[in-house]
Amino acid sequence: MTIGLHHYLVVSLIVFCCGLFTVLTRRNAIGILMGVELILNSANINYIAFSRFGSGSYDGQVFAIFVIMLAAAEATIGLAIVLGIYRTFDTIDVEATDTLRG
Amino acid sequence: MSHPIEVHYLRWIVLLPLLGAAVNGLLGVLIQRRFGKRAISFVACAPVVIAFLLAVTAFSRLVSLEPEHRFLLDRVSQWIHVGHLNVDIAFWVDPLSAVMILVVTGIGGLIHFYSVGYMADEEGYWRYFAYLNLFTAAMLTLVLGDSLLLLFVGWEGVGLCSYALIGFWYGEWKNASAGSKAFIVNRVGDFGFVLGMFALFWVLDKTGQGTLVVRELAERAHLLDGQHVWGWPAATFITLMMFVGATGKSAQIPLYVWLPDAMAGPTPVSALIHAATMVTAGVYMIARLNFLFDRAPETLHVIAAIRVATAFVAATIGVAQNDIKKVLAYSTVSQLGFMFVAMGVGAYEAGVFHLFTHAFFKACLFLGSGSVIHAMHHEQDMRRMGGLRRYMPRTYATFLIATLAIAGLPPFAGFFSKDEILWKAFSSPHGSTIVWLVGTVTAGITAFYMFRQVFMVFFGDFRGADHAHGAHEPDADHGHGHGAHPLPHESPSIMTLPLVVLAAGAILVGFLNVPTALGGSHVFETWLEPVMEHAGIQARHGLEHVHDPTEYVLMLLSVLVALGGIGAAWLMYAAKTVDPAIFSDAWGGVPYRLVYNKYWVDEIYEATVVRGVILLSRGLAAFDRVVVDGLVNAVGTIARLASAANGLFDKYVIDGLVNLIGAVMLWLGNRARQVQTGHIYSYLYVIVIGFVVVMFARLM
Repeated sequence: MTIGLHHYLVVSLIVFCCGLFTVLTRRNAIGILMGVELILNSANINYIAFSRFGSGSYDGQVFAIFVIMLAAAEATIGLAIVLGIYRTFDTIDVEATDTLRG
Repeated sequence: MSHPIEVHYLRWIVLLPLLGAAVNGLLGVLIQRRFGKRAISFVACAPVVIAFLLAVTAFSRLVSLEPEHRFLLDRVSQWIHVGHLNVDIAFWVDPLSAVMILVVTGIGGLIHFYSVGYMADEEGYWRYFAYLNLFTAAMLTLVLGDSLLLLFVGWEGVGLCSYALIGFWYGEWKNASAGSKAFIVNRVGDFGFVLGMFALFWVLDKTGQGTLVVRELAERAHLLDGQHVWGWPAATFITLMMFVGATGKSAQIPLYVWLPDAMAGPTPVSALIHAATMVTAGVYMIARLNFLFDRAPETLHVIAAIRVATAFVAATIGVAQNDIKKVLAYSTVSQLGFMFVAMGVGAYEAGVFHLFTHAFFKACLFLGSGSVIHAMHHEQDMRRMGGLRRYMPRTYATFLIATLAIAGLPPFAGFFSKDEILWKAFSSPHGSTIVWLVGTVTAGITAFYMFRQVFMVFFGDFRGADHAHGAHEPDADHGHGHGAHPLPHESPSIMTLPLVVLAAGAILVGFLNVPTALGGSHVFETWLEPVMEHAGIQARHGLEHVHDPTEYVLMLLSVLVALGGIGAAWLMYAAKTVDPAIFSDAWGGVPYRLVYNKYWVDEIYEATVVRGVILLSRGLAAFDRVVVDGLVNAVGTIARLASAANGLFDKYVIDGLVNLIGAVMLWLGNRARQVQTGHIYSYLYVIVIGFVVVMFARLM
């Protein structure tokens, strides 16, 4: 069987769904961040797939590298926020961070 | 009347007593304290004496003039000029008012002197003389005023002073209420006077000749013929109203009830006001307006009828009275009735002459009774007197002379004046035999009760020592103790001298008007003729040279009647041969009680008029309280309810709305708040769902 575009898209979809599920259901803050990384990576897979099979140009692959860099920066900031949360709440359980409730 | 002569001293006749009243009234307390009662007497008596001298001057001036020109006028100042009404303050003297001012100032002066003695122990001495002077001034205004309006000012003034003087000893309620009674009953009469005055001016004004000045009225009186007021002939209406005024002022039926009660005042007051002056104001007024009365024969008949009835009724009441002053009071009412009878039959001069003689002998009688009362330490019940001629010879002599005069015996003054009236009542075209008959009977009764008084007081034994602890006498005016009286003594000269002068007058003045039937020349009536010349029909006095023999018969008859009265009194009270109890007990004592209680007229008035007025006032007061106040309170209550409703509305509706909005906001906020769960995953859910929705929307 030839591996076509849609295989990559399905894989990316599965990764995206896993990532979404992780973000929505994890209690651990770092777990949520991992989920975000999964979502970003699924987007990357999409880019590269479309770059190989779609337009034939290398724009997609270049953009994927930007995304990786962006994910790294975003992870840094996210971890800094988690550190802040830990300092405030003595835990990184997001169930505990409900002091902004109305 | 022709043109008057202008003088300038008449005003002082009025102003001097007024000045005396002002000084004594305003400064009297101080003067009396500092200078004593002498100074007060001087301030009071001097103006009256000077006024008398001025009156004599005016009189002699008049004498020196021709009869048609006897007329002095003193214009003082402008007064009222409104529309068609032009009245100035001006005083005039003509033969009629000359007689009056001589009486008022002369006899008034004597009474002032008498009062110096009578009121010597009085603390309110200055007040008495202030009022007395004020009265004199008012009476002189009445007599000298040249217009009806000025006359009315004096008319009211004497009423006021009468009230003040009757209620002089106002500490006792009886005296104050007697004063009020006098004033109120007078007022009823004054209402008639005012209506008459208004009607007169109004009717004349319709013809463009409105005036209230008397001499102009005399000229314009004929304009009243054919005019009507409220359906009555004008002259009749006006004269009837004026007659009502005279009824009140001169104490005739039905407005006489104040005069006997007025005896509560000091005796000189009774002498001046209720014998010589104020009560004669009515007579003067009718004489003054004779030209009006002559145009209303119906009024004249009414006057004659009511007045002769008054004279008779008053005489019958006088028979049964035991208070020395009450007897004189009723005799005044009776004699005034005679004067008005003269007016009613058109014999105005005869009426004025009787006024003149009556002033002398009635003042003498009152002052004499005052002398007796003074000596008896204010005892006034004749049953406790007796035999006083031994102790008070001068008082007795003058009193006797005055009583002979009032009984109508010649040659005393009363004979000439009373007889003239009776003759005119019989013979004048306005007169009637019935009037003459009742008048003659009344004259007999008068002689009887006056001599009853003389015999009870001055003859017999002194009874004052008998009643040590008698029953309380309601007529005593000062409520002195009723123990045994010490023997009385004659009064001081300052009191007896005026008595002597007045008694002399009572003897002499009669001769001023001797009828031609007896060889005289009717001087008095001739003197008054110019005043009466505008009267249409009048009882022309005996200028005829043929004398009706009836006149002699009537004269003889009246003397016999008088002697009969005196004789009856002698038998009953001096010689004591006939027991008066025969008469008082006759017919079950009913007539006696009827007369003794003055026909219960006061009680009838009390039950009807007074009760009626009080009920009316109570009814109106109740109306005011219930209806008017009720309305006002209802309005207040409504306002209160409205404001309460408003408050409720404000509290529940308006505030409710505001609170509702707040509550809605709160609910919305509560709901909106719940979006902020604080949980991260719920926010993430929303993001995802929102993203999906947007994607779907874009795909659509």
